[in-house]
Amino acid sequence: MEKIKYQKLVDKHTPKENILLNALIGFIVGGFLGVVGEVLVELYSYYLHIPSKDASVFMIVTLIFIGCFLTALGFFDNLVKFAKCGLIVPITGFAHAMMSAALEYRKEGFVTGLGANMFKLAGSVILFGVVSAYVFGLLRIILIG
Amino acid sequence: MIYVHAFIFCGIVCMIGQLILDNTKLTPGHITTMFVIIGAFLDSFNIYDKFVLWAGGGALVPITSFGHLLIHGAMDTVNTFGVMGLFMGMFDLTSSGIVAAIIFSFFFSLFFSPRD
Repeated sequence: MEKIKYQKLVDKHTPKENILLNALIGFIVGGFLGVVGEVLVELYSYYLHIPSKDASVFMIVTLIFIGCFLTALGFFDNLVKFAKCGLIVPITGFAHAMMSAALEYRKEGFVTGLGANMFKLAGSVILFGVVSAYVFGLLRIILIG
Repeated sequence: MIYVHAFIFCGIVCMIGQLILDNTKLTPGHITTMFVIIGAFLDSFNIYDKFVLWAGGGALVPITSFGHLLIHGAMDTVNTFGVMGLFMGMFDLTSSGIVAAIIFSFFFSLFFSPRD
């Protein structure tokens, strides 16, 4: 009986440590990516002589390229296992979702496989983004004018 | 100083996502979708613009900026075309991200095979 009680206590307490550690890893990895984004924006606007608003578009494309490339090489899944939301919440997660769906369904042909399934994971982001932007846009027109 | 702000903002957004992932049964897909909706909500009353001013590129890296850019593009055309502008400008600013993701995924999927 003592052992079962002890095991229950252990089960109760083990995940809690992991939650804190995971949150810390997510904070550090996510923050690092944020700094990389800011550095890229400043580099692009300095060397290409463009305003930082346009440089941020370049930065997003660069991060998506990195996310797609690492996923295609097979590194990204291992990195996600370690950093979890630190890599899923930034825009690299969007690239990862599309790239892994594309890689997985490529075998089933171009139209029925790749074309039909590419947005399987990333589609919800686009769908609910557009729907919510439409609803909030209407609200803002009605409220503010 | 803006690098510290970028680190803190992006880190906190990712940490909130991680806490939701660990403490509930939601999948990463739910979390990214939720964050896009939150980003669109915050930007519809100009709150997210303040984050962008404060954290610079750090506020544009998390997926919340996707919702922010969607509604930002829509609002730019609403100013000139009225309600129909909502349908016209929605993808003006986000098209780069979506097109880049589609193009890179398509061409990489031709040359690479899954590693499982």
